[in-house]
Amino acid sequence: MLGRTANSLFWMFRYLERAENTARLLEAALRMALTRDLVTAEAEWRSVIATLGLQGAYEAAHDGYDGLQVWNFVLRGPSNPGNVREMFGAVRSNARQARINISSDVWEAVNANWMAIDKLLARPAGQTAVGEVLGAIRRAGTQVHGAFEGSILRDEGYHFARAGTFIERADSTARILDMKYFLLLPSLSYVGSSLDTGQWEQVLRSVAGARVYSWLNAGQIEARGIVEFVVLDDRFPRSLAFCRNALRDCLGALARNHGVEGRAALLMRDADTRMSYMTVDQIFEAGLHEFLVDFLASNAAIAQAIAEDYRFHA
Amino acid sequence: MQARGSNFDEMFDGEGDTRPAYAEFCRWYGEQPPAFLRRKNREADDTFRRTGITFNVYGENEAEERLIPFDMVPRIITAPEWRKLSRGIEQRVRALNSFLYDLYHRQEIVRAGRLPERLLHRNEAWLANMVGFTPPGGIYTHIVGIDLVRTGPDEFFVLEDNARTPSGVSYMLENRETMMGMFPDLFSRIGVESVSNYPRRLARSLAACVPPAFSGGKPTVAVLTPGIYNSAYFEHAFLADQMGAELVEGSDLRVVEGRVQMRTTRGYKPIDVLYRRVDDDYLDPLTFNPDSALGVPGIMDVYRAGGITIANAPGTGVADDKAIYSFMPEIVEFYTGEKPLLPNVQTWRCADKQSLAYVLDNLAELVVKEVHGSGGYGMLIGPTSSKREIAAFREKLVARPDNYIAQPTLALSTCPIYTAKGLAPRHVDLRPFVLVSPEGIDITPGGLTRVALKKGSLVVNSSQGGGTKDTWVLKD
Repeated sequence: MLGRTANSLFWMFRYLERAENTARLLEAALRMALTRDLVTAEAEWRSVIATLGLQGAYEAAHDGYDGLQVWNFVLRGPSNPGNVREMFGAVRSNARQARINISSDVWEAVNANWMAIDKLLARPAGQTAVGEVLGAIRRAGTQVHGAFEGSILRDEGYHFARAGTFIERADSTARILDMKYFLLLPSLSYVGSSLDTGQWEQVLRSVAGARVYSWLNAGQIEARGIVEFVVLDDRFPRSLAFCRNALRDCLGALARNHGVEGRAALLMRDADTRMSYMTVDQIFEAGLHEFLVDFLASNAAIAQAIAEDYRFHA
Repeated sequence: MQARGSNFDEMFDGEGDTRPAYAEFCRWYGEQPPAFLRRKNREADDTFRRTGITFNVYGENEAEERLIPFDMVPRIITAPEWRKLSRGIEQRVRALNSFLYDLYHRQEIVRAGRLPERLLHRNEAWLANMVGFTPPGGIYTHIVGIDLVRTGPDEFFVLEDNARTPSGVSYMLENRETMMGMFPDLFSRIGVESVSNYPRRLARSLAACVPPAFSGGKPTVAVLTPGIYNSAYFEHAFLADQMGAELVEGSDLRVVEGRVQMRTTRGYKPIDVLYRRVDDDYLDPLTFNPDSALGVPGIMDVYRAGGITIANAPGTGVADDKAIYSFMPEIVEFYTGEKPLLPNVQTWRCADKQSLAYVLDNLAELVVKEVHGSGGYGMLIGPTSSKREIAAFREKLVARPDNYIAQPTLALSTCPIYTAKGLAPRHVDLRPFVLVSPEGIDITPGGLTRVALKKGSLVVNSSQGGGTKDTWVLKD
């Protein structure tokens, strides 16, 4: 496979994942804003922008943080080059680049969803339309992944695409958690107290884990359990542990496929020895924030190493 | 422009009776409920949009993707008609290859006084560094598209030869897929020659032209595209996909150890045959346009040293020139020793004083084209042009007469299209696709039918609002 094509597959799935994660983040914030007072709502929208790393661009364009402004900025803001509409454009142009390495089913799923979303986002989304838009974005992810799993040859292209998915998902989950870690930390000593469980639910909603967490824990919400679930539970497909396992499988498959292990695999092992055996208590002891910063850096370094190992660029 | 005189309609004769080729189709058509046809017509559009069969149009700001309108009424050719056309096409393509070989070698045709030398040296597509070089297998035009027009039951003319980089074959294939998907029963009632193995035939044809440096095993074939913003990117990806070839861009390629190699995830890998969809000018910044980022620095040296096959060979565009076209009857005769089976459209070369005088006197009746033009740009269609447009064109023509040729306005045949109000005749042309390899000449039974969607219009180019039809060659 061409290095450029591998790069396109990797980024096609990173952008698809990013669009979906962004939609979940907005959905969770929207729910929070609807059920809380104005001050909490504003803080919530501010934290969405911060989680996405868009403070600079946002504040250059807008004065205050209100929902309508934030979601339009995130979804389609012309002053936000990383808006969701652009992400879908990037999904599609990467899919076009890799056209001969994806099936027609995948291409048509990408193309049809891009057409629908691009049209939806051509105009500002009001309160009533935002649910429809977010639903369409999540559906796009489901359809493309479904077509992909059902029709793609399990060769290196499959693993580059999956590596992109899990690098991006791990990045997103870690950022969401990091943005709220200060809410989770002090409450450790108040397990079961009446502290703001709404904020914790918010974290779970942002990673699409609220329902399953609640089911697993009989409706009990507490900080330690949430961190354990989102970081360490390898049954949950958006946890850091799950993403790491999947990425490790991808790197292993690529190494077998190529007959040689790359630098990415070494970095992975290195990170594993530091992080993968930690318990939730050890994580809190070492500092959740410090743990997440280390995780994000190692995740980014592995992504970079994949690009070099497999000649993504000339 | 308005068609002149009475046009030959391919479906109906002068009495309004269905011609035999269309008899079964028309029976089927008559049996379909109008609402069903309306729904299918909309469905075709959605299919093309969803599958991304688009071409890009360059506007002021950014490239926009558009659909080439598809008409669901097929254009039908009978088996005997096709046999006759095939013989003529094969003869012409054989002559074209011999002609190109001769031009870049001894130029016997010039020595024999059958072609003026100035036509070569003023030809923008002429490549001095192809002189004395023989491409692998002696093949210049691996893929050719011959544009045909029809004016009567037995009258086909060649309007243009596309020896450089003919496009449109993906529409031939996708139009058929779409028709078979929409109307499977039609194909069970009527025997239509298949076109679907074109990509396999292309792959085989290209693989038969490996360069001397080929080291055995399975030849590595790649399609070189300018990238996703090119108007024909869909086709480039489509062909690479169907052939099982890599789809490469200039940035993927580099000359390593005397071969053109592509950057794969495992390192650089040599390419044996490059089906390039990049013009000569952009192919090698070291030899041609130094600003080109679309090509491969040094590829021409590798080519000349036998390290790669380039299809079509650089410099074949010479034969697309419309001044050369006007000599095709002589060219066919010179190299095949036979009379041309397919006639040219009468052509006045404005470089000749007498012809120029005639053209200037009859501008309002003629079609005047630039010798290097293509895609329907830069031409004058006398009968539909205003006095002012004609006057402006006259000035350009007088200033550079050798840049133009003129042809009569032909009474192009029509074939009906589907409209909300029923079938309506529209002008059509036909581009069959021809593959050339050392194993022989291979013509796929069918081709691309382009149709002018505006009533009376004779301009079928997609860049000018033309559409396409599925083209059927009936089985015997």
